[in-house]
Amino acid sequence: MAQRGIRSLWRDFAKQPEGILGLSILTLLLIATSIALTSLPQETFTEWSDPTYWTRYPKTAAPAWINLFSLTKQPEHLILHQPSINEDIVGGLKRVTHTYTLDYAYDDFSNDISLNYFLNYGATPPQIEFRVTRPDGEVFSLSRTTAPSPPPQISIYRLNGSISSADRILRNNVLQQFSKPNCPFSALNDTRANVLIFQASCDKIDTSSRVLKGVYIFEISFFFFGPVDKVQTTELIVGGRVFGFMGTDDLGRDIWVGVLWGTPVALFIGLTVSILGTGIGLMYGVASGYFGGKTDEAMMRFSDIVISFPLLFLLIIIAVSTRMTIGLLIIVLVVFGWPGLSKVTRSIALQLKTLPYVEVSQLIGASSKWVMIRHIVPQITPYVIASVALSVPGPILTEAGLSFLGLGDPTLPTWGKILNDAYVFGAGARQLWWWIMPPGVMLALTAISFVLVGNALDKVLNPKMRSL
Amino acid sequence: MGLGRFVVTRTLNLVIVLFAVIFLTLAMAGEATDNVVRRGAEVYVRGDIAEQCRSQPQPSFCRDAAAIQQQMRTMTSRYLEDIGLNEPWWSPKRLWYKAYSLATLNLGESYYQRSYSGSNIVRDIILEALPKTVLLFSTATILSLFLGLLIGIRAARRPGGLLDRLISTIGVASGTVPLWWVGIIVILFFSYTLRIFPARATPLIPPSDPAYIPSLLYHMILPLVTITSLSFGSWAYVVRNLVIGIMQEDYITVAMAKGVPERNILYGHVLRSAAPPVITIVILSLSGSLGGALITEAVFDWPGMGRLFYQAIGGLDIPIVIGLVYVTTALYLASIFIIDLLYGLFDPRVKAG
Repeated sequence: MAQRGIRSLWRDFAKQPEGILGLSILTLLLIATSIALTSLPQETFTEWSDPTYWTRYPKTAAPAWINLFSLTKQPEHLILHQPSINEDIVGGLKRVTHTYTLDYAYDDFSNDISLNYFLNYGATPPQIEFRVTRPDGEVFSLSRTTAPSPPPQISIYRLNGSISSADRILRNNVLQQFSKPNCPFSALNDTRANVLIFQASCDKIDTSSRVLKGVYIFEISFFFFGPVDKVQTTELIVGGRVFGFMGTDDLGRDIWVGVLWGTPVALFIGLTVSILGTGIGLMYGVASGYFGGKTDEAMMRFSDIVISFPLLFLLIIIAVSTRMTIGLLIIVLVVFGWPGLSKVTRSIALQLKTLPYVEVSQLIGASSKWVMIRHIVPQITPYVIASVALSVPGPILTEAGLSFLGLGDPTLPTWGKILNDAYVFGAGARQLWWWIMPPGVMLALTAISFVLVGNALDKVLNPKMRSL
Repeated sequence: MGLGRFVVTRTLNLVIVLFAVIFLTLAMAGEATDNVVRRGAEVYVRGDIAEQCRSQPQPSFCRDAAAIQQQMRTMTSRYLEDIGLNEPWWSPKRLWYKAYSLATLNLGESYYQRSYSGSNIVRDIILEALPKTVLLFSTATILSLFLGLLIGIRAARRPGGLLDRLISTIGVASGTVPLWWVGIIVILFFSYTLRIFPARATPLIPPSDPAYIPSLLYHMILPLVTITSLSFGSWAYVVRNLVIGIMQEDYITVAMAKGVPERNILYGHVLRSAAPPVITIVILSLSGSLGGALITEAVFDWPGMGRLFYQAIGGLDIPIVIGLVYVTTALYLASIFIIDLLYGLFDPRVKAG
């Protein structure tokens, strides 16, 4: 019987385009939640507020797809992890070469190039060679160094090293190899290595400072002297001005990651507060209506008091005097969020308790608890289900507002927090629309989806209780 | 429940909530502000003693360091006793004193914030900001009410029609979009991209200047238009629902059967029945906007109570935060109280309980 009921309810629900729209948005939010929980690195959540985690990312980069709408292609920020690896023996030494191939088809130069490596080695430090083969066939040797000597009495030394285009020696190397007799130093506008590496040679193209487009091959070779020596990982970062699906903020944080993480946080806050608050409101209202008389009077006066509390101010006072956490926020929102529903459930319980079957149940000696839970609560449940959906947006928007004021949980990536950062860093004045739009759109979408679903459920479940 | 008892319970409710808010704010921030005052008292007393020891004839305790310490302790505790800080924040005396201070708007002095006239009295600072909040939000409410009535009634004439469905969608959507976020985007577009309106809604000239009022009104355009265009949809939706509900009442059917023109029915009977709930929502949204518009004002930099709140939170100017909480809570509770009383007077069902 229950299954039939659900099927016919679904049929009624499906007739409402608004409800279906709400449900589709909700599905997208759930997909975002599952992407966040399964495929994003855990550190992006826990280290969201730690700027040192995000140093490899570009600062205030626009989304990469803006290149589709513009004639000049901005260089995309590339973080490359997967080189092709080659091992051979050269002059009795083991040589490991990591090769990164990238097609550089942008109209501007890279901001900077850096290569990070993670090595293990014994007493003799390995030799490191970094070079690039350009599309015009020239090979620039970028850097030739020896890794630092390990401290004594260490059998395996672990080195986290990096080569950057900002390095002075590397810059001089590139400058010397770039300049030709017909292309002297004085002809160059910009002598930074990150520019020269990608710049067309003067003797091949007459106009200077043009980007040489094509395939670049960056190779890093390690010459090892000991048996324990090996390369753990390498990573090539070609700095650019556009990045990812939603760009980055002032600290280099990937906004797409933040927006994705915001989804489970928002849904958690909204659903927890809504379900707990609705549950308390339901039981409170039923008890008040069922017992009636003085108990009812007292309970309703109490709920009047709770309902007239200025919740936002209370939250602000709490936040400025202690450290706000998500748990505390949820508790406060639940404690002050239930009375609205209790009024409605009370009035329904008042009507239901006079029904003959309830009175019969009382006459044959059923306890109050039994009557309320078996006979009254199930009758009210349909109303309550719609109410759960309708009371989800409130807590989410409250949390967003509080976080926007800088009074939320300071470590969590919530939509309100991202907007707060944007506001504090002056994203509006700096036209950083990709920092402002996505969190707000997500907030609005989440709120609208629950309202649409709630309204549709309300129409399906409570056709009689609506005035229209 | 008679009207008398109704008034008594509502008054009790008001008093209890007010005291609970005072209690909670003191519980949360009382200890911290007390410590600030204690430290301030110590500094004050130390200065006082230094002054005394410099003057001639020198008091006897100045010759001995231990005696000076002793004198400092007694003077500090006497001073704290004078201002009532020897008792903990939860003592009834201090709660009553807080309520009394609130009633007389004696909200203490701010840490950093100053009013335009240079005063650091919290009351002066708040009273300077209050009219601007009222100006912006009452204008916005009146405008959206007007638009909402106009469009809502039109939509209700043909339920299910194009306008009706449009208004229902806009009403639901605009009610869920955070106003302050729209504010940020509006500022980005109109102030920074198009450069039509100023990005900060606070005029740069001082309030004493005669050009201040026109300048303020010019700066008000962007927030006013934003707030109105985001809230009229919900108003229209509410009016539409009310009107459709009233149109199904028997007396309207009778009037239609008699051949009363639709215009007269709508603007005569229906609007009159819709007035009490509409007035309720007007009062509630006005009082709610006093503090609820905190973030919106901060975003637009409108020099009202919301921005003051935001600045006080940013600088942890606790006396201002608490003062604003008290004032807005009192205004909010007063408006709820008035609505309840009006309903009690005019709606016989309330008295019947």
